[in-house]
Amino acid sequence: MAHTHGTTDGEEPDRRDILFLATGAVGAVGVAASVWPLIDQMNPSAAERALSSISVDVSGVEVGQQITVTFLKSPVFIRRLTEAEITAANETPLSDLKDQSAQTAAGGADASLENRLADPSRDFLVMNGVCTHLGCVPVGEAGDFGGWFCPCHGSHYDTAGRIRKGPAPTNLPIPRVTFTDEDTIRLG
Amino acid sequence: MGNIPQDHYEPKPNSTASWIEDRLPIGGLISHLMNFPTPKNLNWAYVFGGILVLFLVIQIITGIVLAMHYQVGDEAAFRSVEYIMRDVNGGWLLRYAHANGASFFFIAVYAHIFRGLYYGSYKAPRELLWIIGVLIYVVMMATAFMGYVLPWGQMSFWGAKVITSLFGAIPVVGDSLAIWLWGGPAVGEATLNRMFSLHYLLPFIIAGLTVLHIWALHHVGNTNPTGVEIRKDSIENVKKDTVPFTPFIAVKDLYAIVVFLIAFAFFVFFAPNFLGHPDNYIEANPLVTPAHIVPEWYFLPFYAILRAITDDLWIMMILPFDAKLGGVLAMFGAIAILAFVPWLDTSRVRSTDYRPIYRWWFLILVIDFFVLMWVGAKPAEGIYPTISLLGTIYWFAHFLIVLPVVGLIERPKPRPATVEEAFNAKHGIGGDSGTAKTDGKADEPAMQPAE
Amino acid sequence: MKPIHTLASAVLIASLTATPVLAAGGEVYTADVDFSFQGPFGAYDRAALQRGLQVYQGICAGCHGMKFVAFRTLTSDTGPGLTEDQVNAFIAEAGYEIEDEDGEFAPAKTYDYFPEVKSAGAPDMSLLAKARPGGAAHIYSILTGYTGEEKEVAGTILYGNKAYPGGWINMAPPLYGDDVEYMDGTEATLERSSKDVSEFLMWAAEPKMVERKQAGVRNMAFLILFAVLLYFSNKKLWKRVKHPK
Repeated sequence: MAHTHGTTDGEEPDRRDILFLATGAVGAVGVAASVWPLIDQMNPSAAERALSSISVDVSGVEVGQQITVTFLKSPVFIRRLTEAEITAANETPLSDLKDQSAQTAAGGADASLENRLADPSRDFLVMNGVCTHLGCVPVGEAGDFGGWFCPCHGSHYDTAGRIRKGPAPTNLPIPRVTFTDEDTIRLG
Repeated sequence: MGNIPQDHYEPKPNSTASWIEDRLPIGGLISHLMNFPTPKNLNWAYVFGGILVLFLVIQIITGIVLAMHYQVGDEAAFRSVEYIMRDVNGGWLLRYAHANGASFFFIAVYAHIFRGLYYGSYKAPRELLWIIGVLIYVVMMATAFMGYVLPWGQMSFWGAKVITSLFGAIPVVGDSLAIWLWGGPAVGEATLNRMFSLHYLLPFIIAGLTVLHIWALHHVGNTNPTGVEIRKDSIENVKKDTVPFTPFIAVKDLYAIVVFLIAFAFFVFFAPNFLGHPDNYIEANPLVTPAHIVPEWYFLPFYAILRAITDDLWIMMILPFDAKLGGVLAMFGAIAILAFVPWLDTSRVRSTDYRPIYRWWFLILVIDFFVLMWVGAKPAEGIYPTISLLGTIYWFAHFLIVLPVVGLIERPKPRPATVEEAFNAKHGIGGDSGTAKTDGKADEPAMQPAE
Repeated sequence: MKPIHTLASAVLIASLTATPVLAAGGEVYTADVDFSFQGPFGAYDRAALQRGLQVYQGICAGCHGMKFVAFRTLTSDTGPGLTEDQVNAFIAEAGYEIEDEDGEFAPAKTYDYFPEVKSAGAPDMSLLAKARPGGAAHIYSILTGYTGEEKEVAGTILYGNKAYPGGWINMAPPLYGDDVEYMDGTEATLERSSKDVSEFLMWAAEPKMVERKQAGVRNMAFLILFAVLLYFSNKKLWKRVKHPK
């Protein structure tokens, strides 16, 4: 707005410069501080942030069946794997995988089926249903590996939701998931 | 750009700046705006233009941001405003700044208008500058009214109903015009939806008109408290009468802006609902009218004029239409009359500082404005309608009678020959101002009245 | 030039002061009551808000909904400041339930909202303290303003209340004293519980008030500093124009 410095010459240049510089600096701080609320208002609101945890009743899900729930405005697949699917996933050596990380919320582990299950002693596979390529929703029981297939750009995921072929860079991520009781899954 | 001689921007030959300047003279424009010769004797009444530009920007920015969260709809509108107030990060600040920003926009625009009226800023050659300003004010009023409807509280709803019903007073087409405005049999969701669309559009019309307003200003130059035009015959004389806008006026304006913002911040942070109405925190209900409908304070003077016209006035008994239409015509007339002020003022001088008689009438006009504002908030009963009527009569009489007549009979006080002379006299600079003309003041070109 | 300054400031000041006339509606009694949130440095009294929540839940909630207030906001630091567990316990004790798509009822979650109550035709309380001239003090005045008189109009009993416009209100006196048993052991006198619930309703209507005032103090301090600096910069800048050698 104002250009307080400029080319004014005259007596006492030092004092003048300090005063004008201080004024300019305070003005700059004011403008910067005014901009922050305009940026921050686009961050998720308190109402959005409050929805970061939901519970899902999974008592009705049969083996070989998948339900899709909405969590954080995106689909989450909850699937009970069949024996055949578990076998297929376990028989795949890690070295065949494009992405050898489990892609769980905790991170760190390798991409074995055991590490990707919601509970290693049960057959529930819970994954974000969002292709890691560009965000489309993959189709279940499809693709070259009998898992999921993304129709947008042809990414093939296996029965453990691990990327095997196509442009997607990583396995389908596993959200933070816990069993609060036998029949209830808590997401987030 | 303007007709005031000023230093021109000359980029170095064969420089990048020169390459750009040959294709788009943006450097010249910026240089023109920054170095614009501004009368050195402008007082603090001249700071409101800068304040208005800032508030237009504040309103547009906070408005765009609020529109990211606002929802149109019978129930959605009110709920989304509460969502902004409670859940959106800093949403309360954005909404309160926008709501109070409208009020402070109007405080500044009224100060700006009355400054223009006092110093004769509308006189030749500034008639178009003035008329564009009146247009901006009218579009501002429309924008503010539509914005007030958006929260869809009781005052929003009933304000929308009352104001749109005004158009129903227009003969022949009135009823179909009102239906057309509403998009239904009465004010409803369809009305709200179009108000939102227009509320988003009109500020950009204001911004466009503001560009024209400033363009015209930079062509003819500022007025100043003496009403004497700056000398434009040579760049040396221009420099004697003016200072470059940057830094002198820019810093002065900025100081005034920050002082104004202190008052604004006080309302936003400590009394955000003081200028609003409690009833607007009640959801719109088409079945229950609030006991006492009042528009926002900045509409009150004209609301008082609307209500002042009743069927028992003798003038209404003569006129071939009813008081409903009469009130509407009076209200719009009271605003429209401002556009004719350049031709209603017959005085030879601009500045009321040199008008010993008119200055009292001007004072009465200002008082009248505030009386109308006060009475506009009162119920239409008891003594109040009479006060409204008297205020209305003076409002029109001032522009239609006082302004032309006083200009003819009044003998203006002697004015300084130049801005430099006035400035030097005020600040006690130099005993001998050799440049000032000493001959008759009345034949100064700048002294010539508009007609 | 003096009259101009006077006029210019008159326009400004009068614009700012001409508006209280708006607030002046019907003249009704408003009790002179001090709330902790008043003034530029005022803040809500957490204990009072928690007690006020108890009064709302125990007495008001039957007829008055509060549909814009989410349970989660009860955890606000500048508000009632309950813990997440306390909020869940509050929901369970009050028995708030939410109907899902299948028509089954489940306990409300913290992200759900107080219900809307339409049956009694009573106003929603989310914004009541902002929707009445006088605000929280007005609510307090209503609660403590019953005269004890009753009259019947068209089959409806009206109760005398000196704080209600017109003097007669539809609502039977909701508080008499000892209507709730405060968890913090405070004695629930009529005045105490009226004041607590009024403060709670002010919080419900304006949950960001404390944040707003705190930001206001910072902003004012900044603007005043900036104005002082600009004042001297401006003076210095113009010195050689106004006082050339």
